[in-house]
Amino acid sequence: MPVVLHADDSDALPAHAVAGADALSLPGARLWPARVDREWAFGGATGDGATVCVVDSGVDAGHPLVGGVSRSVAIRIEDDETHVDEDESGDVCGHGTACAGIIRSVAPECELVSVRVLGEGFVGSGPALIEGLRWAVEQGFDVINMSLSTTKERFVADLHALTDAAYFRRSLIVASAHNMPVRSYPWRFASVVSVASHDIDDPLVYLRNPDPPVEFYARGVEVDVAWADGSTLRASGNSFATPHISGICALIRSKHPELTPPEVKTLLGLTATNAEVPG
Amino acid sequence: MSDDRAAVAAGILPGDDLHRALLRSIVDVARAIFRAQAASVFLLDAEADELVFEAVSGEGEESLIGHRFASSTGIAGWVLVTGQSLVLDDVSADPRFASEAAESTGYVPKSIMAVPLITGERAIGVLEVLDRRSGERFTMEEADLLGMFATQAAAALDLLQRSRSARRVLAGDAGGDTTLTRLAAALERAEPEDRDAALALLRAAEALLARMR
Repeated sequence: MPVVLHADDSDALPAHAVAGADALSLPGARLWPARVDREWAFGGATGDGATVCVVDSGVDAGHPLVGGVSRSVAIRIEDDETHVDEDESGDVCGHGTACAGIIRSVAPECELVSVRVLGEGFVGSGPALIEGLRWAVEQGFDVINMSLSTTKERFVADLHALTDAAYFRRSLIVASAHNMPVRSYPWRFASVVSVASHDIDDPLVYLRNPDPPVEFYARGVEVDVAWADGSTLRASGNSFATPHISGICALIRSKHPELTPPEVKTLLGLTATNAEVPG
Repeated sequence: MSDDRAAVAAGILPGDDLHRALLRSIVDVARAIFRAQAASVFLLDAEADELVFEAVSGEGEESLIGHRFASSTGIAGWVLVTGQSLVLDDVSADPRFASEAAESTGYVPKSIMAVPLITGERAIGVLEVLDRRSGERFTMEEADLLGMFATQAAAALDLLQRSRSARRVLAGDAGGDTTLTRLAAALERAEPEDRDAALALLRAAEALLARMR
C-alpha cells in the first residue's frame, strides 16, 4: 500500500522561494539560545499540550499509574482493508499499560492515546504494526512510542516511508532497539530515535551513544511498571527504556512546540547525562 | 519423483522423535543454564494463529503439552509479535496472567524471562525461563544470553520443522496430492511445447515470489 500523506507537501515551499531577505524571516530563525541545557530544554515542563501515542498491546486506561487516555483505537485488517475501531478491550498483555504509565510518570500532564496492534485474530505482526503506525502519523501526534519492531523485510520500504513522513510532519517516533542478534525495524532508521537500556535507577538519566544505530540509553532495568488489570510488576527490557525517552520528548515538545523531530533529537543529545557541556 | 526416491528421501529426513528430543533438550538446557525452576517452549501454528505449548522442563504439567492459545495476547504473545525479550518480576501480581498460567501449566511463576525464537525474519515461537531456584532475579545480561541460545535453538527447530513437513509430503501424509506434486506430474505428461510454456509461467511466478520476499 503506498504511503500518501499530504502528497502536495513537497510543493508547498520550493527552495527558490526563500532566497534573499525572505530567508531571514522564516519562522524558527534565531530559535536557539547561546547555551542549551536541560533547564532550557524542559525545565518546568509538565508535558501539558503534548500528545504521546502508544503503539502497543492497548492501555488499561483506568490504571491509577496511567491516569487516563484521551482515545483508544484498535487496528483491524479484513480482506486487505484497514479499519480503525474505537477500542474498549483495554490491554491484551500489560505491556502497553507499562509504557503509558512510564510516560505519565515523566510527563504527568501530557495527553495519551493508545493504538492497539496486538490481540486475538491479529495474524502476524507486520500489517497491523504498519497500519497502526500509519494512523498515528496521520494524526500528527507529537511523540509516537513504539516499543516493538518487525523482522520482516517486506515491510521495510513501507516502514521507511512512514518514518520519513513522520519526521517531516513533526511527529517524533521513539523506537526500541532490538537486543538480539537479528535485523529488525524501524529502530535502525535515522528518522526515528532509537533506545536501549541502562541499569541506572533514575528515570532522568539518559545517555547518548556515539556509536549508532542505538542512539540513546535510558532506564530499562528493574523498573516498577503498571500492568494489566490494575496490577504492577517489576520489568526489564529495552521496551521499558523507550517510554522514558518518549516522556522526555513530550516535555521538550510541551515547552518548545516549534521544534522539529531532528531538533528534538539534537536537544536530547546535547542534554544527555554523558554529554560534555563546556563550562 | 519416483516412489523409490521419495521413500529414500523420507527415510533420511529426521522424524518426529528427533523433533521432540530437540524441544526437550532446548528446555532442559535453558533451565540448567539459568538454574531455573522451569523452562518451556511455545511454537507458533501460523495457520491457526495460535501458540502451542510444546515442551516443558521442571515445574508444570507435561499433560498440558499441546495446549493452545491466541498467538498475540499475553506475555508470550507480546514477545512473539514484537520480537523483543522481556524480564518480568512479580508477574504473579497480574491476575489474568496468574489464572492463565494456573490453567495452562498448573504452575504460577513469580518471575519470567521470555525471548522470541527467531529464524531469518520469522518468529517461530517463544522460549521462557521461570523462577530461579535461589530466588534471585534474572538480569538483562542473562536475557541477552538466553536470546543467543534461542537464536541457535530456533535455527535447529526451523530445520527440523521443514524436514518434518517434507517428510509428511514424501510419506504421503498429505495424500501425495499437493499443488506442487500435481504440477510436477502434469509437466511430466505435457507435450514439449506446452511444457515450455508452462515452465515459462512457473519461472514468472518464481520471479514474482522472489520480489515479494
